[in-house]
Formats: sequence, structure tokens, C-alpha cells
Amino acid sequence: MATMNEALARAHGNRRKFGRDLVGLSVILGLAVVGYLLFPNNLALLTRMTAIALLVLSLDLVTGYCGVATLGHAALFGTGAYAAGIAAVHFGITDPLLMLACGIFGGIVAGLLCGVVILRAHGLPQLVLSIALIHLFHEFANKASSWTGGSDGLAGIAPDPLLGLFAFDLWGRTAYVFGIVLLAVAFTLLRLIVRSPFGMLCRGIKEDPIRIRAMGAAPKVTLVKMYMISGAVAGAGGALNAISTQVVGLDSLSFTLSAESLVMLVLGGTGSLFGALTGTIVFMFFEDIVSAANPFHWLTMVGALLIAVVLFAPKGLYGTSAGAVTRWRETRR
Amino acid sequence: MQTVFSIAVDALAYGMVLFVISIGLSVTMGLMRVVNLAHGAFAMIGGYIASYAARDLGLGYGIALMIAVFGTIVIAIPIERLLYRRIYGAPELTQVLMTIGITFCIIGIANYVFGPTLKTIPLPSRLQGSVDLGFRSIATHRLFAILCGLAVAAALWYAIEKTAFGVKLRAAVDNAAMAAALGVRTEIVYAVSFAIAVGLAALGGVLGAELLPVEPYYALRYMVTFLVVVSVGGAGSIPGALVACLLLGGIDTAGRYLMPEFGEFFFYLAVIAIVCVFPRGLAGRTR
Repeated sequence: MATMNEALARAHGNRRKFGRDLVGLSVILGLAVVGYLLFPNNLALLTRMTAIALLVLSLDLVTGYCGVATLGHAALFGTGAYAAGIAAVHFGITDPLLMLACGIFGGIVAGLLCGVVILRAHGLPQLVLSIALIHLFHEFANKASSWTGGSDGLAGIAPDPLLGLFAFDLWGRTAYVFGIVLLAVAFTLLRLIVRSPFGMLCRGIKEDPIRIRAMGAAPKVTLVKMYMISGAVAGAGGALNAISTQVVGLDSLSFTLSAESLVMLVLGGTGSLFGALTGTIVFMFFEDIVSAANPFHWLTMVGALLIAVVLFAPKGLYGTSAGAVTRWRETRR
Repeated sequence: MQTVFSIAVDALAYGMVLFVISIGLSVTMGLMRVVNLAHGAFAMIGGYIASYAARDLGLGYGIALMIAVFGTIVIAIPIERLLYRRIYGAPELTQVLMTIGITFCIIGIANYVFGPTLKTIPLPSRLQGSVDLGFRSIATHRLFAILCGLAVAAALWYAIEKTAFGVKLRAAVDNAAMAAALGVRTEIVYAVSFAIAVGLAALGGVLGAELLPVEPYYALRYMVTFLVVVSVGGAGSIPGALVACLLLGGIDTAGRYLMPEFGEFFFYLAVIAIVCVFPRGLAGRTR
């Protein structure tokens, strides 16, 4: 009887989670339509937000689900962007889907490399290793200027029409739709991954790696695998950025981008894909509005926002509001 | 030989400045377990105050130095009471978010109050020339920075190893709960060591203004360097921090002299190598 109850509960839980997947997906698509209708002249910003959202989602995989603190995650994003860009400029691979595949592959390789190095330490030294890595990637891209264009950036990326049908127009409509579809697909896949036994294992390693090892699993191998998945997502984001802006700059491999993506993630709330999306949208809109309103004070305002979040919404915007909703439901019951 | 000597002097001066600034960070990190990314911002505040006092008010270098150290402490104490107190013991990511926020605010305010230009701190004539050591002559300012670094290291060593406050501090670092149970007022120990840390940061910011120029983005630009020094040395260890500063200062200076086109490539390569071999830092202890 007990087992049956459990099975029922599990089925119910799964159905509820499946429902949340559908809600999340429809929220993404709904927001995409609203964004398209509200800012038809600002699609470039929205596409950049989509690309950054992929980066923040990917960071959430290693930080929120595995507990690895990193300030160097842009290494995966930038490698994906450069992989797609180099494929287009130097090898003539201009089909957007093939460029995307190159970006994903580049991201996976970078993820393997970063994962192996970063996972050697814990806590503060881990943070410092990730910082050193992103600087190494940055300097390397700067030095290998015959491939990457150095500080001038890699220009001359001209993607073919998508599927041979939809050309990348001046308004960025195609790029926007391409990005949103990419984000929706990535989100759905990631929801499946984080809920799979593999995702649970990662959460377990975050909680107590020693116990997981005692149970017979290999924490490090698992985390490196997660790092590679994360690299695929971030690489896809980088490739999207390369395809939509048609140029790859050194800023996509910068410490600033890494730090900003971590800030966005913590702002939204770690350990939940919805939190990553919320943080990206709020931070990028806030930054855009404030820097347009007053270019002198935007940094102060962003700083004040971060302090306010730590003081009043310590679990991030999404985490805190989700907690409040749960409490409200329980008191009503 | 000339090159080797000038690299050595510059590396030593740079390393000592790094030491003065980041030893405070190392102590607070070892003691309070706060990843304080805003530490560089306090060094920057010190530099700004000294520059204002020496250049605009025309005060002497020594007095400007004093005003900078005390002014920074006065500014930092309310920040500690209002903001830092809430993140002691919080997860690392929360601390990163909060201290980056504080850094952004300080940068924005400094930019607004002092303008985006580089600020210099005029040196007194006694520190401007060079000193003849018999076989070589070196810039007096570099020698002054080196001596100040050594003095700070010696004073800290004495304070921590030989005084009653040092005993309480070490007890609080090793086991805060037990120290509190034995009657050590850890809150006061925390506040005092935070003030000392901030004062040292300001001192380093003023001393190092020739090597690390004071400008609004100072706090972000060198934040990484200070963090790297602390983690390479091992948080909470004075000898570790000293060795790390001299080592990293040497690698960075030699890299800049010999292979300037590679930028900071070798610096970060060395950091990765050291942290991979010593994951707890050079003088880190197992907990």
C-alpha cells in the first residue's frame, strides 16, 4: 500500500513538474512575442539577451546544481562564439545550423578543459582558478590574432539564410526567432537533464560529495560531464551571438562578462532554471534602462540593486518569490 | 645584470605594495570567511583621500597618509555595521553579489565626486630622488615602499604572535564558537580586525599610487590581483601572503620587462600552476 501511495505521489509530482515545464515554455514564448510587439526596433538587444540567457542557464548548471563557484564562465561562451566565427570566416561554413554545431562543439571542448582545471580546488582557490582561466583564454584569443582578429575582433561573418529560406535581415527578425527557438529547445532539454538521475546525482554531489563517493559514484567525472553539457549550452549562446551580430569581439571572453553572468544568476536565484532566466531579463533590462537614463550613475544604481537583493531577497528574485508563493499556498490550505 | 637588479627592485616594491593591501583581505577572509571583493575599493578610497589632502589642500605627504588611513576607516565602519554584518556566514555567492554591489556603488560615487581622471599623489622632495646603495642607486620611493611593507609585516607578526589581542584573534580564526564560549568577544575582534584591514588597504593604496594609479575603475581592475594573492598565499596566513606577494610580484614584473607583448599570460599561467599544486594556498592548513 505504501509503495503504491509513493508511486502515485511520484506520478502526481512528475505530472506537476511536467506542467511546470509547459508553463515555463509558454512563458518564454509569451515573453518573446510580447518583446517582439513592444520593442520591434530593439530586436538586437532582445537577441543579445537570449544569447546571454543561454550563458546564464549554462552557468546555473554548474553553479546552482553542482555548487561550483566560477567567475570564468564566459570562457565557454566566448569559445563557442569564436568557434562559430572562425568556422564561417576561415573555413567557409556559413550555414547557420552548422555554425551553431561548431559553436556547441567549441563550447564542449572548452567545458572539458575548464572543468578539469577548475574542479581541482574548492572555495576561494576555485574562484581564483576560474578567474585565471578566463584571463588566459582572453590573452590567447588576443595573441592568436591571425585566427581571431585580436583586439579588432573577428569580422566578416556572413551567415546563409536559415534552412535556405529565411535570410538574416537588417532588422534582426530572423536572428530573434532563431534565438528564441534555440532558447526554448535548450530550456526543455535542460529541464529533462536536471530532473534525470544524472541531474539528481549532481545535486547530491553539491550537498555531500563524500557520501556520494561512498555510494560508489565518481563525483569528479560526473561534474566534468556536467561541465561539458554546460559548455554545449554556453557555446550555443556564443554561436547565436556570433550569427546575430556577425562579429565576435574579445569582450565575449572577458572577465566582465563572466562576472556579470554570475551576478545575473545570483540575482535571479541559483539552482533553478527559471531563476537564471529571471535574473538575465531583470539585469539586462535594468542595465539598459538605467544606462540610457543616466550614463554617469548606472554603475551606482546597479550596485544598489545588488545590495538591495541581498538584503531583501536573499534567495534571488525568483527563489524568494517562489518561496513566498509556496508559503502563501500552505497557509491557505 | 642591470636588468636583473632593476627587475628585482621593482618586483620587491610591487610585491610589498601588494602585501600591504592584500594582507588585510587575507586576515578578514581567514577570520570572517567573507569573500570581500570590495577590498580594493577601500584602497581606492584611501588613494583618493590622500590625493585630495595632498594636492587640493596642500598638506604634507605624511599627514595626507594619516588622513587617508583614518578617513577610510571612518567610511568603512558604517558599511561594516550596516552591510557586512548581514553576510557573515552567508553562502559564498551571496557574499560575492553583495561585495560586488558595494564595489559598483563606490566606483560610481568616486566617479561622480572626483571625476573620471587619474589622480596623482605628489611625493615630497625627500622621496623623489634616488638613493645610492654603494654599488647601485634605486628610486627612493621604491625603497620607501619596501621598508613600509617590511614594517607592516613585522608589526603584524608582533601583534598577532605576542599580544593579547593576537591571541584572541588567532582563537577566533581557528574556532569562533569556542572562542566566544571562552569569553572572547568575537564581535569586537571582528570589528577591530576589519578596521585594521581597511586601514592597511588605504595605506597600501596611497603607498602604491605610483605603481597602481588611482582612478575610478581601480577597484575592479586590481580586485582580481588581490584575490589571487590571498588564495595563492592561503587565507589568514601572514607568511603565506608575504611569500605569495613576492613570488607573484616577481613573476608579473619579470613578465612585463622581458615579454611585454604577452601581457598577463604568464602571471595567470603561474597562478593556475600554483593553485593546482597547492589547492589550499602556499601556507594553507587543512580544516
